[in-house]
Amino acid sequence: MARLLEYKAKAILAASGIRIPPGKVVASAEAAANAARELAPSTVLKAQVFTTGRAGKGLVRFANGDAEATAVASELLGREVRGFPVSEILIEEKLAVAKELFAACIVSDELASPLALLASRGGSGVEELAKDPAVIFSRRAFSATAGLLPFQARTMAREVGLRGKELTKAASFLVKLAGVFLQEEARTLEVNPLAITESGEVVALDCHFSVDDYAVPRHPELEIEIAREIGHPPTELERIAAKVEAADHRGTFFFLELSTEGERLVGFHGAGGGGSMMSMDALNRAGFTARNFCDTSGNPSAAKVYRAAKHILALEGIIGYFASGSGVASQEQFHSARGFVKAFREWPLRVPAVIRLGGNKEEIAIQILNDFLGDLPVPVEAYGKDDSAEFCAQRLKTLVAEHPPVEPYECAPTSRTAPAQEEYAFNTLTGRISIDHAICAGCKEKPCIAACIPQILEEREGKVLLREPAEESAHRCTECLACELACFESGKRAVKIDLPIAGFEEYLARRKEGGQ
Amino acid sequence: MSILVHRHTRVLVQGITGREGRVRTKLMRGYGPKVMAGVTPGRGGEEVEGVPVFDTVKQALNEVGNVDASVIFVPAFAAADAAMEAMDAGIKFVVIVPDRVPLHDVLKLTEFAKERQAAFLGPNTLGCLSPGEGVLGMMGGSPEAARSFFKPGRVGVASRSGGITSSIAYYLGKEGIGASTIVHVGGDSVVGMPLPTVLSRFQQDDATELVVIFGEIGTTQEERVAEMMKRGEFTKPLVAYIGGRQAEEGTRFSHAGAIVEGGRGGYESKVEALTDAGAQVVLRFEDIPQQVKKLLKTA
Repeated sequence: MARLLEYKAKAILAASGIRIPPGKVVASAEAAANAARELAPSTVLKAQVFTTGRAGKGLVRFANGDAEATAVASELLGREVRGFPVSEILIEEKLAVAKELFAACIVSDELASPLALLASRGGSGVEELAKDPAVIFSRRAFSATAGLLPFQARTMAREVGLRGKELTKAASFLVKLAGVFLQEEARTLEVNPLAITESGEVVALDCHFSVDDYAVPRHPELEIEIAREIGHPPTELERIAAKVEAADHRGTFFFLELSTEGERLVGFHGAGGGGSMMSMDALNRAGFTARNFCDTSGNPSAAKVYRAAKHILALEGIIGYFASGSGVASQEQFHSARGFVKAFREWPLRVPAVIRLGGNKEEIAIQILNDFLGDLPVPVEAYGKDDSAEFCAQRLKTLVAEHPPVEPYECAPTSRTAPAQEEYAFNTLTGRISIDHAICAGCKEKPCIAACIPQILEEREGKVLLREPAEESAHRCTECLACELACFESGKRAVKIDLPIAGFEEYLARRKEGGQ
Repeated sequence: MSILVHRHTRVLVQGITGREGRVRTKLMRGYGPKVMAGVTPGRGGEEVEGVPVFDTVKQALNEVGNVDASVIFVPAFAAADAAMEAMDAGIKFVVIVPDRVPLHDVLKLTEFAKERQAAFLGPNTLGCLSPGEGVLGMMGGSPEAARSFFKPGRVGVASRSGGITSSIAYYLGKEGIGASTIVHVGGDSVVGMPLPTVLSRFQQDDATELVVIFGEIGTTQEERVAEMMKRGEFTKPLVAYIGGRQAEEGTRFSHAGAIVEGGRGGYESKVEALTDAGAQVVLRFEDIPQQVKKLLKTA
């Protein structure tokens, strides 16, 4: 679940007419002092980080006057949370609070419906309050299309003991909160505490806002970079991966950097949630630590698997590459196999790899891996559904013991490397296919045409061309990579499929510079 | 018999001209059941695998007659709309294959389906398959693979993880244990037919003697299965495996979620609830076939 920082969440609430304390986001002690002078004699300073229970960790602090605000701000800005420095502070006016409540909208999986929640008390330790019989909780399922109706909200407010203006103001707040919840496609929208001030206003003092990852592309206003809960600010490679995922709707690609500690780091490439979980467990039991988490599933294109593999190959410090999913996949496994081949030859692979591609068409997938990667100086072993993740992880253990990482070496990539003398090229969904007709002229068999899965190529006057209408044929290219591999296998190497990864080369160049 | 799909089921495929639609139409045509028509807006008049393509669901049904189910292979953002189109045309069962369908789309679809008394499997599902009868969705992938992976028998399989669904059925088959119907309920937190719903179907199915479920941390599905058993609404032997024991540490629930779920959702909660209710919970995935063998009266 992608989360929003408190100040971003509050800005969205405010835009919908929910009251929030006057405040400002600052990144320096000096700016904090200025803000404190502008705002109020008493202020609260809150570190903007993703962690629960900030108050208990000293990340929410009060200050009287600008001198104190300066001191508190510089202390907070020196703090680290989960290894990342605090870089932003929300400084707000400290309000005179008469009462603290708890309000939230969530999705109940049991009812398959949005649910509004209001409690007569709020603040820290609200889960404990839930067990306190003196605290009244009111909950209502509400329509995902019509929203929380005003009378439902009023009933809830009355149920938790509110009366008079407090009742109507809290009800109005709840209706707006449910509106934001639906409009922004939130998973959780929690306001705790919800304050009723001494002057009788209903004000959101804090906000926990997490958005449905799948809906993030529909909400550019939320400025979410990576639509996943990743628990740390995204690394450069994770950002690059997120862009790959956004540009290619076929299947899922998720990439996360995990651990850089330890000596037995392995690049992990899973397929499917349940299968990945099982496979990572097997990897751990074989004494390895996953350097990363990666999931390519839901029938990703070969191009997507290729790009995912490049991310894993780029990880520093790995001594092995482990790919394994559920073992009995319904998706044609040869797509992934071709993606691996292209990536492993191009990088090229410097550590032993065990690739478990079990399921539909696994025989072909295993054959492809064996045929195209057998000449590498490091072993690549391919397995299918009758070989458990446990067995495969043990194989990797054996291979790693026998084959330490090798130095960079020369390896023929599957793509043509020379510039084309007589180029025929067309764009695909995420890349470009270039064929050198000068080379094709000397090829009788034209294996690329037979290999093409969507069958969009044909021979006309001795040349490999898109079937007519050409534009529609190019559109039907699934980036299965079969033409390039077939051409490479024939020894001609006329085909070049360019599948760029935005920002990847620049990242590597910067990293190289930084390392020197 | 079996549940959800059998050899005479009449099927519509929405998004039939896309990459997935084409390949899985081939699967369903080759394995069963009967693919009557396909729909892709703007592509009416074409054919895919010998199946006629129409612009709208209503038009398709006018031409080929009513169908029992529609299987959806359109991009995630268009999936709920496609499902509503099918339900609006009177189709009572929809299988939503695409992954990453927005949660709020599913919530709206749930309301829409209730009004029309329609059910949906998924989203993010491989679908369902009754061995030797037919498949809705993409389970097995190709007719040959589906035939070689899945054997007919008396065990119902329901799982929240797609790959694991097939794995359970395959590893059972290797031990000579066949399945009545294999159902992937879908990997998302809100799905049209969660485990309890599928189990109530298995309860009513004479061909199903025992059920295996693969649960996962998160949601209340497994706890609700346990409650069903305690109420006597599910009385057949149940073998369960719960995934995510290791991942639990990293899982964080919101306060509101924790209050509403009241402790449900975690690994321990699920294992305890199911064990209490009389289910056989196995701790190692590999132990499923042996446990099933022990409980099965007829092999």
